[in-house]
Amino acid sequence: MTDERIKQVSKLRRAMIRPELGAIAGAVLVFVFFMMIAGDSGMFAPKGIQNWTVVSAQFAIIAVGACLLMIAGEFDLSVGSMIGFAGIVIAILSVQWGWPVWLAIITAFVVCIALGALNGFLVIKTGLPSFIVTLAFLYILRGMTIWLSIMTTQKTIIGGVKQVAEGDWLAPVFGGTILKGLFQWFADIGWIDTFTRGSREGQPVVEGVPMLVVWAIGLIIFGQWLLTKTRFGNWIFASGGDAQAARYVGVPVNRVKMLMFMFTAFCACVFATAQVMEFGSAAADRGLLKEFEAIICVVIGGALLTGGYGSVVGAALGALIFGVVQQGLFFSGAESSLFRVFLGTILILAVILNTYIRRMITGER
Amino acid sequence: MTTPLIEMKNIEKHFGAVIALGGVSFDVRPGECHCLLGDNGAGKSTFIKTMSGVHKPSKGTIMFEGKEMSFNSPRDSMNAGIATVYQDLAMIPLMSVTRNFWMGNEPLKKFGPFSMMDFKKANEVTMTEMKKMGINLREPGQAVGTLSGGERQTVAIARAVYFGAKLLILDEPTSALGVRQTANVLANIDKVRKQGIGVVFITHNVRHAMAVGDRFTVLNRGKTLGTAVKGEITPEELQDLMAGGQELATLEGSLGGTV
Repeated sequence: MTDERIKQVSKLRRAMIRPELGAIAGAVLVFVFFMMIAGDSGMFAPKGIQNWTVVSAQFAIIAVGACLLMIAGEFDLSVGSMIGFAGIVIAILSVQWGWPVWLAIITAFVVCIALGALNGFLVIKTGLPSFIVTLAFLYILRGMTIWLSIMTTQKTIIGGVKQVAEGDWLAPVFGGTILKGLFQWFADIGWIDTFTRGSREGQPVVEGVPMLVVWAIGLIIFGQWLLTKTRFGNWIFASGGDAQAARYVGVPVNRVKMLMFMFTAFCACVFATAQVMEFGSAAADRGLLKEFEAIICVVIGGALLTGGYGSVVGAALGALIFGVVQQGLFFSGAESSLFRVFLGTILILAVILNTYIRRMITGER
Repeated sequence: MTTPLIEMKNIEKHFGAVIALGGVSFDVRPGECHCLLGDNGAGKSTFIKTMSGVHKPSKGTIMFEGKEMSFNSPRDSMNAGIATVYQDLAMIPLMSVTRNFWMGNEPLKKFGPFSMMDFKKANEVTMTEMKKMGINLREPGQAVGTLSGGERQTVAIARAVYFGAKLLILDEPTSALGVRQTANVLANIDKVRKQGIGVVFITHNVRHAMAVGDRFTVLNRGKTLGTAVKGEITPEELQDLMAGGQELATLEGSLGGTV
């Protein structure tokens, strides 16, 4: 029974209802904009590219976790506090207690994933909105982080991680750089500038690809594959789309949500570890507001706040937009507080666009 | 007479002090459409939930294909071959027809150490099964939200049949539908029954029940008021039974027999 009242969908319309559409358009706009206003400031020179790539990668790492969790129908507002907490745990264990750095990192991951599981457990068992449960953990973890840090060192910043991480096998997985040879070759053939003075004379200004970027790309590929190609991905969509309907056909909704809370915590810990290894220190105020920035990336990427719809690639593009704008404003010499104005504006625009797209796919009027 | 597919004997269900079901007996034979009628609050939903494993009966036995069964979860009853299609919870509107169709039973293909969902197979099967039920999809990636209420019920029925349901429980599949969509769903129920599947059709619309039902069981206030065979009962008698007799007779009088 074909309904003559339904028009054939045009290719354009089909492209329009992809969740990533808004993010793709946004990314293109942002690049064009900054090429125009900051094209000659070095933003698109190798060093500049590295600069905003790293910032975008940071956003992307937490956005992938937040994205999958949001599609599964839940939020995690404790991501930012978790970042601060994981960093302090690594620093206290390795610097203060003298544990090997690899053991400190693994412990931080175990603790974070366990906290993620606790978040999930409370949400599932109490049936409370995850918004409230994880908001509680936003405060609990931040408070714990500051308290632990003050109690062990009388300070809120713990340095000296770089020294103890020297020669550790796990630390470079988060703080290292790869493809150094390739970048040296780029420098030799003149694609990348080299230092002309100092101890690093002759070395390229960009020494390679930071592991942070490798993690981000790895997580994006994994997340996208998991969501769109696997059975578990179908369960993620189903859990967020309508948990009861999913349960009735045998989808283990509770397990899916629990695992997604744990995955979000894992992503937060990757972020924290990479940051600690890069700076060589941990601070109790790290990760402030990151939970909201992750959610904004996800929403710009086309996910619905109500769950059941979204895209990891979209969230990654959201992270790219974020990174480019944050650093672009810096390169163009604009007042950096304008970044927040931009965030708020783009968030509203993204949500309006998403609501419209949802109406198109579900055919509501 | 063939052995019943499912036989529910003296099912009782208590929720605290409330007796939702006070000893309901009922059976369905293969290839039969057994209508379960009753007004709101009669216990129809509770009763089918004991069949589909959502509730455990407080008392009574469930025999499925001659064996006594105890369902602890929807999964158990599903594995036994009982599929339930709920009125509004049949489908997830934001997901594609294919993703909905295979939800919980996704086909897998191995790719080295990874197992992925086999979308090629999933899409092909979805298209064919939909065509059998008289729905021509534009594409299998179409969101369920674009389908009409009747079409959604049909997708859910097709899904249950494809995954080998022996007993199909339909919870008020026609209550929110227009005339044409209702006719389509009823036709599909008839099609399913002819394949030898037992159907439990819950409704409070006597005319819909009469159109496809072989037997009719009326529930009222958690009790069975008896089972009637097609041709031995008139729609008016069914209607009266559902409402508990007296009251509706007076009400109907004032409405001129239009209800």
